[in-house]
Amino acid sequence: MSHVATLIALFPLAGFVAILVLGSSLTKNSAGWIGTSAVGASFIASVATFVWLLHQSNREVTIHLFDWINVGLIHVNVAFLIDPLSITMCLFVTGISTLIHLYSIGYMHGERDFRKFFLYLNAFVFSMLILVTADNLVLTFVGWEGVGACSYWLVSYYFTKDAAASAGKKAFIYNRVGDVGLLIAMFFFASHLHTLTYLSIFTTISSGAMSPVVITLTVLALLLAASGKSAQIPLFNWLPDAMEGPTPVSALIHAATMVTAGVYLLCRMSWVVQYSHAGKLTIAIIGGLTAFVAATVATSQRDIKKVLAFSTVSQIGYMVLAVGSGAYIAAIFLMVAHAFFKALLFLGSGSVIHSLNGEQDLHKMGGLRKFLPWTFPTFTIGWLAISGIPPFAGFWAKGDILVNVYQSNKILYALALFTAVLTAYYMSRLFVLTFRGTERFREITEGHDPHESPWVMTLPLVVLAVLAFLGGALDLPFVHHNSLAGWLSPILAMAGAPAEASSTAQWALSIVDIVAALIGLVAAFTLWRNTEPWPTYESSFLERVWRWDDAYDTVLGRPAQRLALVGADVVEPLLIDGAVAAVAGAARDSGAGLRKAQSGFVRHYAVVMMAGVAVALVFVIARVW
Amino acid sequence: MHSSWWLNALIVWPFVAAGLIAVLRVSSVKFLAVAFAAIEAAIAVLVWCGYRGNLAVSGTGGADYVSHTWWARSLGLAHSVGVDGISLLMVVLTAIVALLALAGTTAAHHERSYSAWLLILVGASMGAFVTRDLMEFFLFFELTLIPSYFLISRWGGKDATRAALKFFIYTLFGSGFLLVGAIYLAVRHYDQTGILSFDYAALHGTVITTAASVWVMVGFLIAFGVKSPLWPLHTWSPLAYAEAPTAGSMMLSAILAKLGTYGLLRFGVLMLPGAVPHVAPYVLTLAVVGILYGSALAAVSKDLKRLVAYSSLAQVGFIMLGLFSQSATAISGSVLLMFNHGVITAAFFLLIGGLEKRRGTSLISDLRGLQGPAPVLAGIFTVVMLASIGVPGLSGFISEYLVLAGTFATHPWWSVVATTGVIFAALYLLWAYQRVFHGLAEGENAQITDATTAEKIALAPLIALIVVLGIYPQVALSRASHSVNSQAPATWVTDSTGQVK
Repeated sequence: MSHVATLIALFPLAGFVAILVLGSSLTKNSAGWIGTSAVGASFIASVATFVWLLHQSNREVTIHLFDWINVGLIHVNVAFLIDPLSITMCLFVTGISTLIHLYSIGYMHGERDFRKFFLYLNAFVFSMLILVTADNLVLTFVGWEGVGACSYWLVSYYFTKDAAASAGKKAFIYNRVGDVGLLIAMFFFASHLHTLTYLSIFTTISSGAMSPVVITLTVLALLLAASGKSAQIPLFNWLPDAMEGPTPVSALIHAATMVTAGVYLLCRMSWVVQYSHAGKLTIAIIGGLTAFVAATVATSQRDIKKVLAFSTVSQIGYMVLAVGSGAYIAAIFLMVAHAFFKALLFLGSGSVIHSLNGEQDLHKMGGLRKFLPWTFPTFTIGWLAISGIPPFAGFWAKGDILVNVYQSNKILYALALFTAVLTAYYMSRLFVLTFRGTERFREITEGHDPHESPWVMTLPLVVLAVLAFLGGALDLPFVHHNSLAGWLSPILAMAGAPAEASSTAQWALSIVDIVAALIGLVAAFTLWRNTEPWPTYESSFLERVWRWDDAYDTVLGRPAQRLALVGADVVEPLLIDGAVAAVAGAARDSGAGLRKAQSGFVRHYAVVMMAGVAVALVFVIARVW
Repeated sequence: MHSSWWLNALIVWPFVAAGLIAVLRVSSVKFLAVAFAAIEAAIAVLVWCGYRGNLAVSGTGGADYVSHTWWARSLGLAHSVGVDGISLLMVVLTAIVALLALAGTTAAHHERSYSAWLLILVGASMGAFVTRDLMEFFLFFELTLIPSYFLISRWGGKDATRAALKFFIYTLFGSGFLLVGAIYLAVRHYDQTGILSFDYAALHGTVITTAASVWVMVGFLIAFGVKSPLWPLHTWSPLAYAEAPTAGSMMLSAILAKLGTYGLLRFGVLMLPGAVPHVAPYVLTLAVVGILYGSALAAVSKDLKRLVAYSSLAQVGFIMLGLFSQSATAISGSVLLMFNHGVITAAFFLLIGGLEKRRGTSLISDLRGLQGPAPVLAGIFTVVMLASIGVPGLSGFISEYLVLAGTFATHPWWSVVATTGVIFAALYLLWAYQRVFHGLAEGENAQITDATTAEKIALAPLIALIVVLGIYPQVALSRASHSVNSQAPATWVTDSTGQVK
């Protein structure tokens, strides 16, 4: 029965191979449906595995496929670790992927490389599943890089556009910086613990083979990896650019699944993370700061997808903050809830963009409420969920994190609470500018009314809206032990978790959360009621992302390029070749008799070579006889 | 018939084939040359299949097909062959790349002599990889110079004569040090045993002072460092790789460069392990500098062939890092990387050769938007590129990973700095890809044809090797690591607690 779990990853692989092999003999629609049903089958396999695992007493099952690398220091297998954490990931990854595949059949219909799109999408789901089910770090790294490669292909999908091509490259390289962290963390484990398999790392980490300093270094290396993949400071600025990809890609890869892989990794390594207080504090600070900075930037973006992108960075910041506070389950809770409502918001924005012939500028939207009868109500649910209004999923998930942060660090709590106000503000601003107010889109639609999208696109919206509405039920505070928390806690390191807040405190903090959300909401509705003339709240400092990219360019990019050019124009031709020429010149001048040897004819060199051999042989003979 | 005749056949057949091509008057020289190279490849595959690395036979280090025949005993000259897990990989690599170089490229003129020189180059390289005698190795090593020189100068680009000469002088200069070192070792061995021999097994046991072994090692480093190339002895290589004809660039970067790293491993690191700790800090530093410097110059290269040349400098930096890490894990990784880099770089040169044939240039600024008219070519290029970057699931990753992980256990700082090299590999390759394949193709760029059937056939085996060795590396790795572990000092294999290092 456990082998059903193998099918989870194999179905998308089969879909990938089928589309690759059949290629252009497939019609567009059949490529789309093959891709969608492969992922749908994977979802069913995930559900089956979940049900099976529920009935097991030992919920950490390893499925060994074959020995992968077996040499000296490194012994890793191609094997899956099926446990509550990996199955939770599988369930929401495959579930949301299925919906987004379905949506893409409608959204991508007019594209030239339609088949290739589904090819990449299936490859992505396969890699993502390898990432979350691997039983060792090296195999996780396979998925980790695989999703990165798919992200590269899909972001630069419109490759004739320079911005898309640059964004794909940027995403890959920023991720690569993070990968160095993951590689170094693996080197630490391999050289100190002699294993890279999760379960053995967890059992040997307490043996003292790794000193506290080494553990802290390892945790920081893991944080670097997470900040690359999950777009955290200092590597967060690739994600907004990645919005150059098609909107379903933004929803799937750059909101719901891939970008949360860093958080997954940190939770997976909770047994290591818990041993480093400095590491945890750094994680919490990075998460809190990223949540705050990205939220401020989101308040001033004109592009609807950019607002959502910075919102994603900010929400993942919350998850990382939760990990740093020791609240791993809260992090996973928000990860799942966020996957529901952020996928919903992205797909909803895709529907809006679709109806406006590709327009993404909030300044050119407005008043769309009455034209999009399915998109509008579902988007409304997504908006309320992320803003933290009860009883939607975001309220419960974010509330869970805020309580835990309150218990562990009051300064970070204040920052996170203020970020919650900003979150409600920027999302309400987006909502108002898109659906309310005057109709500013007539120029783009050439006077026509925008049309609602086809059913393949609206059905996923409805399903996701239901999930965003009910998702909080996964872990309601009053049934804490019969829910997500009870399911995950046996396999996560709970020793460092903050003390549980008293019931009174929980009620009080919930009310504070609601007040914060309402402040942001009311502020946006008041400030953006009138867009004639256009208000001037959008600061260029925030619009340009705190000048982050400019700073990297000035401090790193341009100096590095100049250095490389110095290498190519000065060091290589003048210093190195010059030194060689000088040595050769000195050798030539040292003996006039040798001058002839430099005549440039190969046969002379050949003669010299043979003469050299002869001399050497004579020398040997002389020694021996 | 003794099994070593398979190895003799590997050496002799290319020379015979070259002779046949010179005398036979057939209409299609190319067909004949490819058929001959296919026979060579078939022998190599048989050798692979028949290989039984027998560790029980002491002193062979897992070598098979071993035979030793005196040629001029009084001079210590012998014909001595055998393959272990290390040379086995090199033999197969040589045969495959040679076949694809002949099948995938066409000479612009004088096809007959072109094919003959290529086959001679293959025979000489094979000889160097299967011999177990240092002097015989030296002779084959030198012999590769002559066909390479003619291939570059006669069939190369505008600046080919200069490129060929530079290549020739550099290598010849380096090999002098090899000869001196070899003779010194043989003489010391004679002083101790009364037997004059250049045999690997004999010299391996020769006792010399540490200082002497360091000097010999330095000599070998110069000789093999030029060929590999090791920074800063590399400046012949961008010119030679860029000016050589496609098949020449393939052979130079995939095979001849490996003669350098292979020679350094067999006759330097494994034969003189006592010298390694003394030179390691310096060599590791040069290797790391090579990685970063090669990456930087690859990033600003204006020509795709030069880009691959500098990228090779960086890759060879990883190989050198592993060789001098004093970790058997990393050395095995280096051996696998030699093979993988050979495959990847051969694929790169085939692809770039194809672009050059279509557009008459490999200048990056002349190319743009090629993914539009040639999606299949772009797709193949992407796979090769990702393998070179070290994306797991493809071959490049595992070898690089083993090198870095193994080196980390013994020399963490060098490993950490070298690990940042994985960022730069992505940077220069993706940037080049963007400029060449992304964007909107206009003019001549919009007119290019996609991959032809011949190109697909030539590239398919390389792509297959890239994928298979990414998913199931053990098939090559187990053979290489077997031989490395049995020939390397015990302290490189396990640490003081008996744990595998």
